[in-house]
Amino acid sequence: MIDAAVIASTVAEGILRAATELRPDVLAAMSDSLARERSERGAAILTQLVDNAHIAARTQVPLCQDTGTVWVWVEVGQEEPPLQDLQHHVNEAVASVYRTAGLRMSVARDALFDRSNTGDNTPAFIDVSTRPGTGATVHVMLKGGGSDNASALVMLEPSAGEHGVIDFVLGHVSAKASGACPPLVIGLAVGATFDSVPKLAKKALLRRLDEPNPDPRAADFEHRLLTEVNALGIGPGALGGDTTALAVNLVTAPCHIAALPVALNMGCSALRSVSIDVA
Amino acid sequence: MADAPVHLHLPVSRDALTGLRAGDAVLLSGPVYTARDATHERIVSELRDTGELPHGLAGQTLFYAGPTPPAAGLVAGAVGPTTAARMDAWTPELLNAGIVAMIGKGVRAEEVRAACQDTGSVYFAAVGGAAALLATKVTAAVPVAYNELGTEALVRLTLDEFPAFVAIDVHGADLYREAPLAWREEGERS
Repeated sequence: MIDAAVIASTVAEGILRAATELRPDVLAAMSDSLARERSERGAAILTQLVDNAHIAARTQVPLCQDTGTVWVWVEVGQEEPPLQDLQHHVNEAVASVYRTAGLRMSVARDALFDRSNTGDNTPAFIDVSTRPGTGATVHVMLKGGGSDNASALVMLEPSAGEHGVIDFVLGHVSAKASGACPPLVIGLAVGATFDSVPKLAKKALLRRLDEPNPDPRAADFEHRLLTEVNALGIGPGALGGDTTALAVNLVTAPCHIAALPVALNMGCSALRSVSIDVA
Repeated sequence: MADAPVHLHLPVSRDALTGLRAGDAVLLSGPVYTARDATHERIVSELRDTGELPHGLAGQTLFYAGPTPPAAGLVAGAVGPTTAARMDAWTPELLNAGIVAMIGKGVRAEEVRAACQDTGSVYFAAVGGAAALLATKVTAAVPVAYNELGTEALVRLTLDEFPAFVAIDVHGADLYREAPLAWREEGERS
């Protein structure tokens, strides 16, 4: 049986892995891009990033000093009992693992009125959804400030169409990439409603970079957009080169007949997430 | 830029910075002081009260960074640059008061580029997302002030061949603005 304590211990395991082990698909994409990068400076930066991933895995020193806010998405089977006090249990796990593993405390108590540090990296930011059957999948993402600050939401007019989405992404990447630690992974969602489109963009970052988009139209759009993003010349570290982004991960959804909601969740070179199945 | 990295020993005089050009790879050795948003508020507040940079910061280099706590047996935790633009509002005042160099990541405001040129100061770019690697280039960490700010405390780190690039030089060149354009033109030619 799954309960909140099981989810919380899974979150703790996920945090430890994510902080120090670069996702294998991201590391593979980074190594591939290094082989293709024509800018000497860009290649030097990609080499630092690949070396960094190996050093972090070997020494258990975090990949990035910004060990982020903790986002947890629990997909739970509807035959499981309700998860009692989930926020409390997950917060306790976050506080404990951040302290014992020497991760950075990066949460302010209140965004507007009290910017003091909560001191234990809580609260975690939690979403729960249900699915048929039993068991659960626990997704954990550590999101740094630099990449989240470079994220955006826009409500376009439907007439803007595919070109409007491409123009928005290119303009936004041009303006914001340098603070977001390229090579980027661009989580992009188009559709749904104002409140739900950014969540879809964040979930898009969970898809493995070597796993093709199941929708061939979306796969084609991702490829076109990635080519255009990389033609910007921003490059690794935003200091010039071919590799501005490793991937565009697109999710599309239904929406209001008057709407074209677009959300971009920027993933950095240290994109950190794990997805763990719990029986 | 194919040249070997320039070894630079900190603290560095403004005279010694005149030979650097945007795009140069450098290896930095010597003391730097970590300072993020809250640290800047404190430093600037003390500067305005006393008319001088506090804590011996005159002539020194600021590193926009908030490290993780060090693991057992290590002097420094994971450390890397944070987004420098958040410090833009305070930077010209600090350069005029005697800060000579900064390490961070990302494009700066025009006012910062101009202030670098006016004062003869340099902005170095370090690679974001390489914090486990960069931690191996830190040989000492000594708290200096504002310990109550946690990761935003002012800490003197001693660097040993810490890799960076000259992003804004004393002549007014700005790598973050120029390099993507230059690379795009290169791509169109090839």
